[in-house]
Amino acid sequence: MKDDVATPEDRSASLKGMGSSRKRVEDVRFTQGKGNYVDDIRMDGMLFGDFVRSPYAHARITRIDAEAAKAVPGVIAVLTAADLEPLGLHWMPTLAGDKQMVLADGKVLYQGQEVAFVVAEDRYIAADAVELVEVEYEELPVVVDPFKALEPDAPVLREDLEGQTEGAHGPRRHHNHIFTWEQGDKDATEAVLSEADVVAEEMVYYHRTHPCPLETCGCVASMDKVTGKLTVWGTFQAPHAVRTVVSLISGIAEHNIRIISPDIGGGFGNKVGVYPGYVCSVVASIVTGKPVKWVEDRMDNLMTTAFARDYWMQGKIAATKEGRITGLWCHTTADHGGFDACADPTKFPAGFMNICTGSYDIPVAYLAVDGVYTNKAPGGVAYRCSFRVTEAAYFIERMVEVLAIKLGMDAAELRRINFIRADQFPYQSALGWEYDSGDYHTAWDKALTAVNYDALRAEQAQRLEDFKAGKTRRLIGIGLTHFTEIVGAGPVKNCDILGLGMFDSCEIRIHPTGSAIARLGTISQGQGHATTFAQIIASEIGIPADDITLEEGDTDTAPYGLGTYGSRSTPVAGAATAMAARKIRAKAQMIAAYLLEVHDDDVEFDVDRFAVKGAPERFKSMKEIAFAAYNQAIPGLEPGLEAVSYYDPPNMTYPFGAYICVMEFDVDTGEHEVRQFYALDDCGTRINPMIIEGQVHGGATEGYAIAMGQEIVYDEMGNVMTGTLMDFFLPTAWETPHYTTDHTVTPSPHHPIGAKGVGESPNVGSVPCFSNAVHDAFRPFGLTQSHMPHDHWRIWRIANELGLHG
Amino acid sequence: MIPAGFEYHRPTDIASAIGILQQHGDEARVIAGGHSLIPMMKLRMADLAHLVDLQAIDDLRDIEIAGGEARIGAMVTQHELITHEGLAGVLPILREAALQIADPQVRYLGTVGGNVANGDPGNDMPGLMQCVDARFELVGPEGTREVAARAFYEAAYFTARGDEEILTQIRIPLPVQGTGYAYEKQKRKIGDYATAATAVLIGNGTASVAMTNLADTPIWSEDAGTALAGGDVEGAVAAMLGAIEPMADNRGPAAFKKHVAGVLLRRAIERAQQRAG
Amino acid sequence: MTKMHVKLNVNGRAVEGLAEPRTLLIHFLRENLRITGPHIGCETSHCGACTVDMDGRSVKSCTVFVAQADGAEITTVEGLVNEDGSLGVIQEMFREHHGLQCGFCTPGMITRAHRLLQENPTPTEEEVRFGMAGNLCRCTGYQNIVKAILASAEMLNAQKEAAE
Repeated sequence: MKDDVATPEDRSASLKGMGSSRKRVEDVRFTQGKGNYVDDIRMDGMLFGDFVRSPYAHARITRIDAEAAKAVPGVIAVLTAADLEPLGLHWMPTLAGDKQMVLADGKVLYQGQEVAFVVAEDRYIAADAVELVEVEYEELPVVVDPFKALEPDAPVLREDLEGQTEGAHGPRRHHNHIFTWEQGDKDATEAVLSEADVVAEEMVYYHRTHPCPLETCGCVASMDKVTGKLTVWGTFQAPHAVRTVVSLISGIAEHNIRIISPDIGGGFGNKVGVYPGYVCSVVASIVTGKPVKWVEDRMDNLMTTAFARDYWMQGKIAATKEGRITGLWCHTTADHGGFDACADPTKFPAGFMNICTGSYDIPVAYLAVDGVYTNKAPGGVAYRCSFRVTEAAYFIERMVEVLAIKLGMDAAELRRINFIRADQFPYQSALGWEYDSGDYHTAWDKALTAVNYDALRAEQAQRLEDFKAGKTRRLIGIGLTHFTEIVGAGPVKNCDILGLGMFDSCEIRIHPTGSAIARLGTISQGQGHATTFAQIIASEIGIPADDITLEEGDTDTAPYGLGTYGSRSTPVAGAATAMAARKIRAKAQMIAAYLLEVHDDDVEFDVDRFAVKGAPERFKSMKEIAFAAYNQAIPGLEPGLEAVSYYDPPNMTYPFGAYICVMEFDVDTGEHEVRQFYALDDCGTRINPMIIEGQVHGGATEGYAIAMGQEIVYDEMGNVMTGTLMDFFLPTAWETPHYTTDHTVTPSPHHPIGAKGVGESPNVGSVPCFSNAVHDAFRPFGLTQSHMPHDHWRIWRIANELGLHG
Repeated sequence: MIPAGFEYHRPTDIASAIGILQQHGDEARVIAGGHSLIPMMKLRMADLAHLVDLQAIDDLRDIEIAGGEARIGAMVTQHELITHEGLAGVLPILREAALQIADPQVRYLGTVGGNVANGDPGNDMPGLMQCVDARFELVGPEGTREVAARAFYEAAYFTARGDEEILTQIRIPLPVQGTGYAYEKQKRKIGDYATAATAVLIGNGTASVAMTNLADTPIWSEDAGTALAGGDVEGAVAAMLGAIEPMADNRGPAAFKKHVAGVLLRRAIERAQQRAG
Repeated sequence: MTKMHVKLNVNGRAVEGLAEPRTLLIHFLRENLRITGPHIGCETSHCGACTVDMDGRSVKSCTVFVAQADGAEITTVEGLVNEDGSLGVIQEMFREHHGLQCGFCTPGMITRAHRLLQENPTPTEEEVRFGMAGNLCRCTGYQNIVKAILASAEMLNAQKEAAE
């Protein structure tokens, strides 16, 4: 038998388990156009819904006349808030403890807000009818600036909350104020600031942007009146949570709701929330008895579903004159738009912004975040980051640079002397987190060596001289970042969404012939779960990854889980997968011992088999064990071989990385070139290096876009100025830099396989890296802080204000 | 983004096309590649009841180089312009500019005629055509006439073309041997309109300079050309900067655009001078 | 609205149907013909997810009326599969080099790459990046897409040589 002569290494390689750059199983379908995305779904009699949206950012609605629209042949219904009110569905709860209008109830709070829902036989008729719905608006004063929104005489945006001084997260101190969230020790921090050798202070703004996956949001809702069962296919990053929410707000029993996430064309946080389109489609299907499809167009997507960031972060950082950081203070003004629909765990209204001490050993810190209503779209999603972690990373990585300027120090060295040391882990941060593991100095030194940091600084200095001598108009900037992420939400004791603990799950069934199916509570949106989770099982149980089917996204079949966002799939569902696999392995051990007629303790796992200790030629392969589980009556064991695990992580995981980029800037046109981008990631145990590398390329490209041009812009009237991909910056292959990836491996001590998650690290790390390169280039001329995005005109403005245009 | 309905016409000769325009008046619009018009229709910002597609009129697809000029049919696509070796020999500035328009897919369908006729100040070809002193052939119910590119643009989306006329051909005098050229364009990314763009020809004692997307029409400055012909680069730049009137948009404020316009112009002039024989 | 009789050749097969002239080619392909490989991403001809090959040109089918396409020969990503049902070279190279993640842009990418390599069988990396700039991807950062296309060029050229 081939099996008998194969070395353990060969047998291991043939499993394509953890550590293998296994090719993706998903790709055979996707490369030939056989994906099944929500807009690909077609059902008999399916209707199509489309929204009438508000052209105004703040207005009272005095009249809606849908008669002309209803008269269009093929129009089935036009829903308004008045139609939803008897069902109690004209408003819905948000994930942040607020409530949100499903359809405009008397007024609108942002441009593009949903006013009426037209249901027609096809999307062309629906679009024609949308044009015919007459809505009369009475314009109200608009406020798009969160600081102005808090002025005493600012317009009242949320009339429904008038007189409510208590919000979901404590007292509200103004009619447009949502919450104040405080962490850390205010008095101690202020004491340190007042006595410090050096204090650097800066306002760091992380502008409003949008995740903009290539596929927009959409759904098909189908109420089967015969069975009473509602099925909704949709772009859901958290299908089970959607099922529970739909049940709670509609009153339909949860067992009569089936939520299915088909293939999802990218999520990046955009598809976590529940949007009016979903609710209206469900209502329309219940009313008409027919399936109803709603798919937003790109303009709808950019204007309404899920903005990200928009954090004004006022910071103070204290240090000794030698550069030891002694304290950090941050006050953030968070612009949440018209409703607080942030997708954060309940107890964290500003997400994990309190990771803002970053990679540094900072003895004392204080953070306060004020949430504010404005006439902008709601959202506040984690755009390819754990909740508000990219804001936190950007803040601390800018503050360290600002401090380096104040101290006259090299920013790489300043980081090095302040890193949490490897021997300090597990490390208790001043703002309440326990960092599980890390080795920042090793990563940092590896990165600096890889890019030849000293030579780069020398080249930069020479270029500066040439610039001053009039020989060139291009400056070099070196961008440095060492970020620490906090992902894998999270422990049920402090992380929930709408009361649902943020555990996750995996169920594995081994078939009699030794192949398997696994189902998870997560849902891939391009991360390649079907490939990587099978690799975990392959290594844990010893059956080839190619023999394992993976299913996600159907709430009727998958075990309950909280879904995929915040880099939680590998840390939480990946752990559940390993734990379920280990349950199977434990039973397999008993079966093997029975078959080999030895005691359970006398067999050991060996790649793809259990062998008798000391007699490796006496073994039972997993295939043999699987068959035995179904055909042998084994005393004391139930037939079958399957297991389920619901994993409640004991802690978050803390991936980290060292990123360095080299950029050149044309002082006269504001154009830039990314000469080099080096990304070292430590995500703990690496399941599939090929996929990790792909995640880094993609996340860094999103970071490049955000730092260098991508922005949701509002004018003073609350008009969205960036509603198409002409103006909303998504770089093409031409603008996108080339990346060099690298890694260190510091396994998570509490995770069953030591993995930490990686999908979001490159977005978190690359934004400050690009931004720091911009600042670094102009540092010799006195620049300390200039807000993103660093598009051409803003770079030009930096140069202009520094007097570099003569 | 769904357009409103319309009747579709695909005439096979110019006379029929004009007949349809005459019959339906301002309810009818001509479509070439459609990459300006269709997005406007999808946003329901262009309202029309009859769409007249010119794709079946074969005469509009020719490129001829003869008699000291290049004659380019209105339905010649940007892609054909780029890949035409004859044109690359005699008017290389066309390829240099066309490569900076939109992206490959758009260039396969986007036509030269559509780009110059629609009057969008963001389009690259109008400024270029003014620089090379092109003449546009317009055919209408009254017959055929020619209008100089330099006299064609009146305001954003307003041109000298009558509602019942069709722009059928572009005629460009061939620059004499040794004329230097350059097309410089700054944009935020591929697929974007210009933050600023400029076309420059220099040689044999003459010069011509035009700029794009820095006013509500393309800007060709006779003074700038005269100054440049006399070797006065700064005079040329000053004349051009005096003629443009950029507006603030997402690409940046007017002062930035004006500054960039000057920088691009100097760079284009330098490059054109280097190429001049 | 009056419908017109539309005839196309799609992936080597003659097809016809009734459609309003305003029907966008992408909708005709996806909804009338159930060819759902090409996707709708931006609707303003920027993202290229809807790219199909029309009479030897890569076009964005969200910005073409079916009336304009009447009579055209169209190839979609479905038409690039080998006759035996196996993946075509570019499809296989996208898989081999991890040139896709969520897969939404992939049909447009592959269809565009097909035309690019028809016109330029030996592109440089720079030519690939310029030639693919009409297709947006949000997941991959393009690096592996470029790699996949360069590898496809090599493999196609090797196949051609072997055949000669």
